Parts: sequence; C-alpha cells; structure tokens
Amino acid sequence: MDFTLDKPHQLMETLFRNFAETEIAPIAKDMDEAEQYDMELLQKMQRYGFFGIPYSKEYGGQGADELAYTQCMEEVSKVDGSTGITISVHTSLCCSCINSYGTEEQKQKFLRPLVDGSKIGCFGLTEPGAGSDVQGAQTVAVEDGDDYVITGSKIFTTNSGFADTCVVFALTDRSVPASKGLTAFIVDLKEMPGIDISDNIERMGIRAASNCIVSYDNVRVPKDRILGKLNGGFKIAMNALNNGRIGIAAQSVGLAQGALDNAIEYAKERKQFGKPITKFQNTQFQIAEMQTKIEAARMMVRRAAVAADNGENIAVKAAEAKLFASDVANQVTRYAVQMMGGYGYCREYPVERAMRDAKITEIYEGTSEVMKMIISGAKLK
Amino acid sequence: MSKDIYVIAEQRDGVVQKVTMELIGIANELAQDLGQEVYAVLLGDKIEDQAKECFEYGAKHVILIDNPVLKEYTTEPYAKAVYNLIKAKDPNIVLFGASSIGRDIAPRVAGRVHTGLTADCTGLAIDKSDTEDKGLLRMTRPAFGGNIMATILIRKYRPQMATVRPGVMPLPKRNPGATGTIEKFDAGISEADMNVEILEVVQNEEKPVDITNAKVLISGGRGVGGPEGYEPLRELAKEFNGGEVSSSRIGVDSGWIEKARQVGQTGKTVRPDLYMACGISGAIQHLAGMEDSEYIIAINKDESCPMMQLADLGVVGDLKKVVPAVTEKIRAYKKSQEV
Amino acid sequence: MKILVCIKQVPDTAEVKLDPKTNTLIRDGVPSIINRDDKSGLEAALQIREKLNDGTTVSVVSMGPPQADVALREALAMGADDAYLVSGREFGGSDTYATATIIAAALKEIGFDLVITGRQAIDGDTAQVGPQIAEQLHIPQVSYAEDLKLGEDGKSIIVKRQFEDKAHVLKVQLPCLITAIQELREPRYMNVGKLVDAYNSEVKVIGFDDLKDKLNPDWIGIKGSPTNVVKSFTKQARAAGEVLTDLTPEQAADAIVAKLVERHLI
Repeated sequence: MDFTLDKPHQLMETLFRNFAETEIAPIAKDMDEAEQYDMELLQKMQRYGFFGIPYSKEYGGQGADELAYTQCMEEVSKVDGSTGITISVHTSLCCSCINSYGTEEQKQKFLRPLVDGSKIGCFGLTEPGAGSDVQGAQTVAVEDGDDYVITGSKIFTTNSGFADTCVVFALTDRSVPASKGLTAFIVDLKEMPGIDISDNIERMGIRAASNCIVSYDNVRVPKDRILGKLNGGFKIAMNALNNGRIGIAAQSVGLAQGALDNAIEYAKERKQFGKPITKFQNTQFQIAEMQTKIEAARMMVRRAAVAADNGENIAVKAAEAKLFASDVANQVTRYAVQMMGGYGYCREYPVERAMRDAKITEIYEGTSEVMKMIISGAKLK
Repeated sequence: MSKDIYVIAEQRDGVVQKVTMELIGIANELAQDLGQEVYAVLLGDKIEDQAKECFEYGAKHVILIDNPVLKEYTTEPYAKAVYNLIKAKDPNIVLFGASSIGRDIAPRVAGRVHTGLTADCTGLAIDKSDTEDKGLLRMTRPAFGGNIMATILIRKYRPQMATVRPGVMPLPKRNPGATGTIEKFDAGISEADMNVEILEVVQNEEKPVDITNAKVLISGGRGVGGPEGYEPLRELAKEFNGGEVSSSRIGVDSGWIEKARQVGQTGKTVRPDLYMACGISGAIQHLAGMEDSEYIIAINKDESCPMMQLADLGVVGDLKKVVPAVTEKIRAYKKSQEV
Repeated sequence: MKILVCIKQVPDTAEVKLDPKTNTLIRDGVPSIINRDDKSGLEAALQIREKLNDGTTVSVVSMGPPQADVALREALAMGADDAYLVSGREFGGSDTYATATIIAAALKEIGFDLVITGRQAIDGDTAQVGPQIAEQLHIPQVSYAEDLKLGEDGKSIIVKRQFEDKAHVLKVQLPCLITAIQELREPRYMNVGKLVDAYNSEVKVIGFDDLKDKLNPDWIGIKGSPTNVVKSFTKQARAAGEVLTDLTPEQAADAIVAKLVERHLI
C-alpha cells in the first residue's frame, strides 16, 4: 500500500497544474460565456500530449497510464470543467473503444491520429429516447453490399462540433434487445455524406464544451469500420463507460478542489463582523469537512485508476468513485458559493461556474442512480 | 603587499555613471580605515575628460586606460585590461558596479586572477576585530531572494573583489573643482582581443525611466488588476515632486508595465522618501528592493499580508477606491494652501 | 552541433514566506523549480536544434545534490536529449569560482560546441558562474542574451545582448558561452510522452572520480573556494507601523494625506 505519488507522477502533476493555471484558467470564463471551446488551446493540448495519455507509444500515444490521465482530468477541471469533459470523452470513450476492440489495422488507422494529437474523437451512444436505458435506441445500421447504412440521431455527443472521428452505436439486429443487437462503427464525422451536426445545445454548465445532436441520414459506412464483433456493441459501450467514469470522478474532484481553493482565497480577505471570515469557526469547520470529502474522493479515484492500470475489472470501483466524487463536487461547489455569499453568485468569480459545471457529473456517463444499480447489483449478487 | 582600493569606473557612451560615484564614496570610507588610497580606473575611448567627475566625487587618483577598442563595452578587451592592471599594480580591493557591465566583466577577471568575488553587495566594511581577519573587507550581500544576508570574506587571495549594487551606497557630496593625479596605463590590449564583433548598437527608443532616482514611488502590484490599473497610480504620482510609478514583479511579468519600473531582487533597489505600495502583498524579493525606503504606506485588502507588517502606515481597503481619493484630497489640500 | 545547457534547481523563492514571529524563512514545502533564466536558455537551445534538424543535440547539465535529478528529468520532459548530474561530496560548499571550476571540467568531459547558462540563479543571484565557466574554458562569453540565432555560416551565434540603456547585436564564433535572461525565450511545458521517456532514460552522474584528471582538488569545494561566508543572518525587521482597518475610502485617504502633510511629503 502506498498512498504517495511516485516521482514520475509527481512531475505529471506539475505539468498539468502549470499548464492549467497558465493556459486554461485565464480564458475559461470567456470560453464559458461564448459557449465555445478555444481551438488554439485545444491544439496546444494536443501538442503537449493531453489527448493520448494512457495509450501505448506503439500507436502514437504518450505511454503513460490511467493514473496520469486522472491527474490531468483533476488539474484541468480545477480551473475548467469543460476542458475536463473534452479530454475525457476523447480519451476514455472514443479512444478506449478502438484501443480495446480495434483490429491492428484499425488501431494504426484510427487510434494513432487520435492519440498522437492530430485528431479529436467523440462517442455516439445516447439518443433522444435512450439515455440510461440503452434499450430504447432507435438508430439503425442496415447491411448493403460492402457497407452498412446508418440512420438515426444521437444527442449530447460531446466534442461533435469539432471532432474528426466518432465511435457510434447503431442497431444491426432489431429482433433482439439492444444489448444483443447493437454494433459499434467508426465514422468520419467531417467527411462522410449524410451526417449533420446541430449547433451547440444550450446548457447549464460545461458550456464551453461542444455538445450537439448528430443526425445520420443514410450514412454509408464500409464494413471494415465495424469495431469488434457485429452485434457486440453493447459490451464495448459498457466497457468504455466504465473507463469514462474514472475520468468523470477525477473531473469531479478537480471541480470541488478548484472551487474550495478559490473560496478560501476569497475568504481570507473577506471581512464580516470585524474579522476575516476564515476566523469564524463555522467557516473553518466547513472547510475541514469539504477538504476531507475531496480527499476521500481523490483516493477512490486513484484506487480505481491503479486498478485499471493493473488490468483489474474496474466496473464497481469506477462506479463507486463516480457516485461519491460527483456528490462531493456538488456539495463542495455549492458550499463554495455559499461561503462567498453574494460574490460567490457573481460571474466575476469562478465558483458559480464550477457549481454549474458540477451538476452534470451526477448525470453523464451514467447517472448516480445507475451507479447505485451497478454497486448494489454487485453487492447483492 | 597588496595595497589600495581600485574602483573600476563604469562609463556609457563616454559618461561616467552614478554607480561609480557611489563606489568612490564607499571606497573612500574603506580607504580611511585601511590608511590606503582610492584609485578610479577609467576605461574607454577618449574619456580623459571624465577624470574630473571622479575627482569631484572624491577620487584622489585616476588611472586612465584609453584605447579605441574600449569605445563600446565588450567583455574580453575590458577583462584583459583590468587583469593586466591588477597584475601590474597588485591592488588590495577592486570594486565594480553590479550592473550588466560589472557583472559581466568582474567574474571573468576574478576567474583569470584566481581570486574571490562577491556579487551584488549591499554593505562593505573593514573588519576591525582583534582576530586574524582584521583589516579584511567584510562584504555583505542578500541571498535567497533577499531574505538572508551573508557576510563574506576573501582570506587567502588578492585582490578582494566585489560588485556593488547600484543605488545602495549613498552618493558622496560633489566637490566642484577638486583635482587629483592622472596616470595613463598601457593595458596591452588591441583590436586582436575583440573576440566578438559588434554588428549593431541598438539604443533604447525612450529614455528609460530611472526609478532609483525618484523621491516618491507609487507602486502597484497584483491588486491593480491590469495595465489600466496603473492609471490612477500615475495620476497620484504626478502630485509629488519627483514622483514615479513602479511595480512589483507580477505587473511586469504580466506585461502590464515596463521592466524598468520593477522593484525588487530581480528589479531595482529603491530607497525613496515615500514608497506607497498599492495592492502589493509583499513577496520577499519585492521587500528586499524597497524596505530601506524612508516612509512606507501600504494599501491592501489583506490585513495580514507582509507589506502591511512592514509598512509605517497600513490602510486596509480597496486601492481602486482609496488611491483616487488620496489624489483628490492632495489636490484639495494644495488648493487650500494657495494664497 | 552539440549544445550543453546548464540548469540549476532552485527553491521557488516566490513561494518562500517569512515567519512573522521569528523573522526567519519558512523553507518547508517550498517547491523546487528549474531556475527561470536557465529554462529560457534551454528553450533557446531546443529551438536551435529544431531549426537545424541536422542531428544537433541538446544536453542538460546540473550540479547539485542527488535530488536535483528531478530538474534534469523535467528538462528531458521538455525535450532535452540527455542529462548529466554533476554531484559529489567533494563539491559541497563551493563558491562561484569553485563551482565554475567543477562545471567547466564536466563540460570538457562531455564535449560541446555551444554552452548556454542562465544569467543568474534566483537563490544566489550572483550571475558569476556563467562567465567564470567561460573563463575556465577559455571561450568567449556573451551574457544577458535577450535574443539569439545561429549565424549563417553555422559556426557563429548572433546574440542581442541587453544593457540597461541599450543593446548590442554581437557576432561570436563557436565555441562560446551565452548567458540567457528570462526574456530570451518563453519556455515550453513538459510533454506527457517525453515525461514518460524521461523516467525511462538514464541521468548520467559525473562524480569527482570522473573528473579528477581535469580538476585541481585544491580549487574545489569549501576549501578551494576563495570566498568564505563568515556570517549569515536574516535582515532586521523594521519597527512595526500602524495598521488602520474598517475605514471608508474617504477616511483612509484622509489618514494617508494627514501623514503626508506631517512628513512634509506634499
């Protein structure tokens, strides 16, 4: 048992923290207001390897691990939740599917540009009528000669506004439940005819992230774009989401820590009733409770990440980490706003943004309710 | 035996710089304690006229090394000239200004002579103890961002060499008409010693501000918030004779204000009559550059910050409101004093 | 071309605080960083290598205790090709002269065409080691470099050298030593993949035994240092002043102006 980061990971933390504080923090507010991600920042992060962290150098990746990836997620999310989800969807959802289920040829062709920083990926599973319940999926792929033809639409596809590659799930056998008839395809979002991408969906938080409706109207996809087995998509999707949850849990820890740190910095200067509010025991005790919860969440995230690096089944650990960390993120950001009072509510300070951003962590990549199903399911087995 | 104190005069475009006068001043004090003489060493091209300046600020002797290769400062001809002079004269102490020139040549010379060199001294004194160190030069300098002071001796080697921070030693009183001896020294240098080629001399477009001469500094830090945040400070500075605006490092690093106005360990050392720190929390490097100011006023939201502790008068408040109010009140006060 | 960049691991003095009670430095928890001027020099070296793209290498050299390893790994993670740690008991307590003697010997051992150092380190602030290395190597130096490029002949460096009132554009033949100021280049961040490689590669340690043919043992370490620190102390704090709280801006301004009048500053 060792709860300290080893030297390479300590240096990783320095890297991500310096970058986040210097490059992301100064423009995070503007990106949120504009509801648009800064492409220059995106490219810079690609150049520094932020988009291929846990993937093998053999495929152009950075050769680091899941733990380093969660460090990245935490540090960027401390200053900007939108950056967190942008990296997360690319890394844990899109790339992990190809890395785990792609053929050697598919990895060279599709994974390499994604993890070497040339292309951005996204993941199309959720549909207007199918969120937590994948069984409601409507998007279909019909065999036609050497191709499949996809028709349907996917909602909340993060990164879709600028992504190049999408792993999209469509029903290839409608005679069976989706869990048995879903297939994963790799599509070129910018090149294949019949794909339409909506404007950014107006949202409460993570507003700088790109999040659109992607419509597929008879989109022709060659058969060599099938990822894994025909009708084997459900397992691929679930596996990706397990991975993704560790990232979201790390994002939650970052949002919480960033908000708390900001609020404390403010509270040291803010005086009420004749003294800085940090001199009041109520403030001190609240800070202690919040920090303890963050620390606990961080440990759960790291436990899940190390388990993933050791090749263990992480479904339950990831669900526990996400369930707990996302709750902590919401509690802490809400408290951070409260501690700052009226100023916390003002957009001049970043804590209201963190509070808005935090809400989604209880919803996406499996709601807290779904996490509870996974955890209790394993316990009651 | 090594004897006398040599001040390597710093000239720019044929004009001896203020730091040289400061060095002559302190050298005279040291010389008195030692019973030795002070020599100002003038290096340059056709600069004999500058000997007068050295005399009037207290040098009794000038050694003139006049050579066309010394017109613009470059390392090797200057270093070789000073090295040859040291070899020929065997001085006890050699002082340089800790400027971008002095800090370039002095280490090179000390290395060649194989002696000690203390950088960026803020205090020089002769050891008057009854130990074997008696008579040695005690060189005091800040380190660690200005927080720790160290006193350094050079026991086994000669000359004892130091660079001295500009603006720290008091400028001696000028004695118009004072004269002294001039000795011309052939340093044995020539064009062949130029191991760099000067392709271009770029003069700074604006005459750089010298905040070290300002009587009053209105200084802004993180709290000013941006380049426009210095505007009220400029307004206030105008209300004082010899008032200037300065900055902590954050303002310079963020590109809000020019580097020449930076106060601190990596900027300038200042000791104005009034230093008004607006929104400067007081990182130790900053304090190192201004704590000898005559009177310090701090305006800051954070009551517990180090600048508040240091200041003679600390006002807890928002500088954006307080500074303009001070400007207004000064104007009103001046008006009330008019007859 | 072989470029050597000297870097120093320093405490981040911006993070050092004074204990208000004892007026001593609180050194605990102060992060160690690569000296800012040195990092700028490293960036300049990396850019030369990238521009030439002819097999030019950039090596980083640091003298310090074993813990300085992390600074070298950081430099590797930024893109340096290899790293050397000059470390040994015999080197402890060296002043600038002795330090330059040791580093110069190490640089000779490694071999170079161009040496880049930072102008000065933020902990010692002497700015002496760079020029003293150049002196010991008998090569020209240009300090305070605010810009530089390789000469067209490939055998010289064109340097913009900063003074307080002007700048010189100088041409200097290789081999030579340049000291970089912070403004020279904005350093890049570490790269994730290179950081992984940095910990999979070796930092070569150069000790006293490796240099003993090149070093006079009487000229290094605390005994070989011409300067002797006889006393070190923290500065005396000024007498505590008066702190006014809970004033309106108007009241605050009145208090300030009253003092200014009292002290004849207006």
